[in-house]
Amino acid sequence: MTQRRRRAWIVAGLLLVALVLASCSGGDSSSTGSGGQTPGQQGGNGQSRLQVVLQRGKLICGVNGQLPGFSFLEPDGTMSGFDADFCRAIAAALFNDPNAVEFRPLSAQERFTAVQSGEVDVLMRNTTWTLGRDTANGMEFAPTTFYDGGAIMVPKDKGIDSLEDLNGATICVLSGTTNEMVLTDRMRSIGASYTPKTFEDADQLYATYEAGGCDAVTSDRSQLAGRRAKLKDPDAHVILDEILSKEPLGPAVKNNDSAWFDVVKWVVFATIQAEEFGIDSKNVDQFKNSDNPDIRRFLGVEGELGKSLGLSNDFAYRVIKHVGNYGEIYARNLGPGTELNLERGLNELWTRGGLLYSPPFR
Amino acid sequence: MNRWPARLTVAGPGNVRVRRVLAQALFLAAVAAAGAFVYANVTRNLQQLGIPLGFEFLRYPASFAIGETSIAYQPSDPYLRAFLAGLVNTLRVAGVGIVLATILGVVAGLARLSTNALVRMVASVYVEVVRNTPLLLQLFFWYGAVFLRLPPPDQALRLPGPVFLSNRGLVLPAPRPGPGLGAWLVVVLVGLAVGILLYRRLERMRVEQGRDTRPGLAAVVTAAAVAVAGWAILPAAPLVWSEPEMARFNFQGGVMLSPGFASLLIGLVVYTGAFIAEVVRGGVLAVPRGQWEAARALGLPPLLVLRLVVLPQALRVIVPPLTSQYLNLLKNSSLAIAVAYPDVLNVSSTVVNQTGRTLEMLVLVGLTYLSFSLLTALLMNVYNRAVRRGVS
Repeated sequence: MTQRRRRAWIVAGLLLVALVLASCSGGDSSSTGSGGQTPGQQGGNGQSRLQVVLQRGKLICGVNGQLPGFSFLEPDGTMSGFDADFCRAIAAALFNDPNAVEFRPLSAQERFTAVQSGEVDVLMRNTTWTLGRDTANGMEFAPTTFYDGGAIMVPKDKGIDSLEDLNGATICVLSGTTNEMVLTDRMRSIGASYTPKTFEDADQLYATYEAGGCDAVTSDRSQLAGRRAKLKDPDAHVILDEILSKEPLGPAVKNNDSAWFDVVKWVVFATIQAEEFGIDSKNVDQFKNSDNPDIRRFLGVEGELGKSLGLSNDFAYRVIKHVGNYGEIYARNLGPGTELNLERGLNELWTRGGLLYSPPFR
Repeated sequence: MNRWPARLTVAGPGNVRVRRVLAQALFLAAVAAAGAFVYANVTRNLQQLGIPLGFEFLRYPASFAIGETSIAYQPSDPYLRAFLAGLVNTLRVAGVGIVLATILGVVAGLARLSTNALVRMVASVYVEVVRNTPLLLQLFFWYGAVFLRLPPPDQALRLPGPVFLSNRGLVLPAPRPGPGLGAWLVVVLVGLAVGILLYRRLERMRVEQGRDTRPGLAAVVTAAAVAVAGWAILPAAPLVWSEPEMARFNFQGGVMLSPGFASLLIGLVVYTGAFIAEVVRGGVLAVPRGQWEAARALGLPPLLVLRLVVLPQALRVIVPPLTSQYLNLLKNSSLAIAVAYPDVLNVSSTVVNQTGRTLEMLVLVGLTYLSFSLLTALLMNVYNRAVRRGVS
């Protein structure tokens, strides 16, 4: 009895080992094979995300969704904001239709996994470009669309003028942001102690701040400006002048897919170059008759610049026509007269002393 | 070795046992193959993205602060220590939560069986409302509608103690070791020794002479009296109270229960308590009516009927589902991030975002919850076996 039983187990064990080995080698062969052949493979070596998006017929864009001025869900169900408009710009370049976008709101936590796993085609979620995210997180960052800085917002009547005044305070911060780390570093360097309160949800965070659950909140200046506008009494709160950190925000895509990365990159450059040329959504049609060869190439009247990206030659024309140049996008969402009321500052063309500079369209 | 293939054909497919073992082996192989596929897929995709895999990053300095910790932690400590600080926070809320939820659950469960209609109704409303709404919603309620609505620290509610209640939490005076602590502990030990000796003496008297000498009570009173006397006589105070005092932004000193901790604890206790109430009610109802009637016919008062006859039998039914409620509470504590309590998952999210090590932290957190759940289950199984042995 026992002997036969043991033998049965030996047989079973050997079978198991054999099967596992077989499945392992099977897995290996499929991994080498999938590189070039499997058609459904997203982001594999054989097929760029660009083909996937073109076949799908719409762009899936990861946005914040809770941030006024950048991407904010309006009562009528549309997504408004600076980041949302850059999503539309890419869709316009691809499909000649700025509305061929599906917006996918992501938390600060979820965003990188969403890009890595291919759930979104591009991350347009006020994401700071850092070395760690470029490498360890497997991202590729397109040119910065907004040069931001870390800042702190406090209630006006508390007599807080600088970081030093916040010694012993409770400070609210969003989990998974660069601000979390920057705050710790800065407070350590000035020898001040504080209690962080880490939230995952921005709405919950600002509700806590407004109810007095923390003495200050740290985030990017643009975000604080957007959020301040939505508080019950915006004038009771002030954003300190102190700049805690550099926060260059821009689109990010998955690593190792240069065809798709190039498209995102050059759509952003197109909006900047258009402003430099003085082309906007209203006068773009007149510029099509321009004699300037640079402009003719840029708008796809001559040359094959778009085609080399895998797009139509007039992709820049489509972007400007439907969404506008950088200055228009900025003025519409962030500039003076909007809720955020932010001066261009660093986000001005290089010709006017800012940092925006597009390589030539040639 | 070359003998057994022949034997295998003899055993043949007709042999039921061999067939069974084969079926199980096939199933195991399928599971292993699925696991191997997942592993191969993950490593392939990570390689494609150029994301490294490994745990050495846990040694690097974390450089982020944690709001409340029970172990010493600074931003310059390694990630591993930050993770441990989060872990201790999880254990703190889950440990206290399990004790309180059990008490609440037993009381509410018995109340639902009460002969008093009002008590029965209150308990029913509690159980049904809480059991049928999502826990996350309840946490938002406790946090947003209760704790955040309290006044700011400079206008905190002052309760006797002094205890302060504000939207930054509950601040209590805390004992800190004083200069006379060592001497007093010696006195306490002596008191305990005297108590134990007394207990033995009185217990022997009770057994030998049949007198009711109340050995337990006498021993406790003696030990307590020695401890109190020692406190009064010693020149240096064994413990000093650290009283909370308002600083520029918040209270300093004392011990602080943050709104996040309080909301999470209350939320978990109230929620799990409702489920435990149902478990207790079911367990008590499973005891045949004849047992109640027989116990009452013996002239036992209702509380003794419960304690001596019903509960010991009900426990056999209660303990297994109770274990799964404890496990639920432990796992539900991971909702902490909703109320900004730095539990192990909250801290790990920050680590993930700073290092990009999603997979590693996911595995680490998963293993942590798994091992604590298994440990809880193991302890409860030991208890369950003891309960069963006690009855049968």
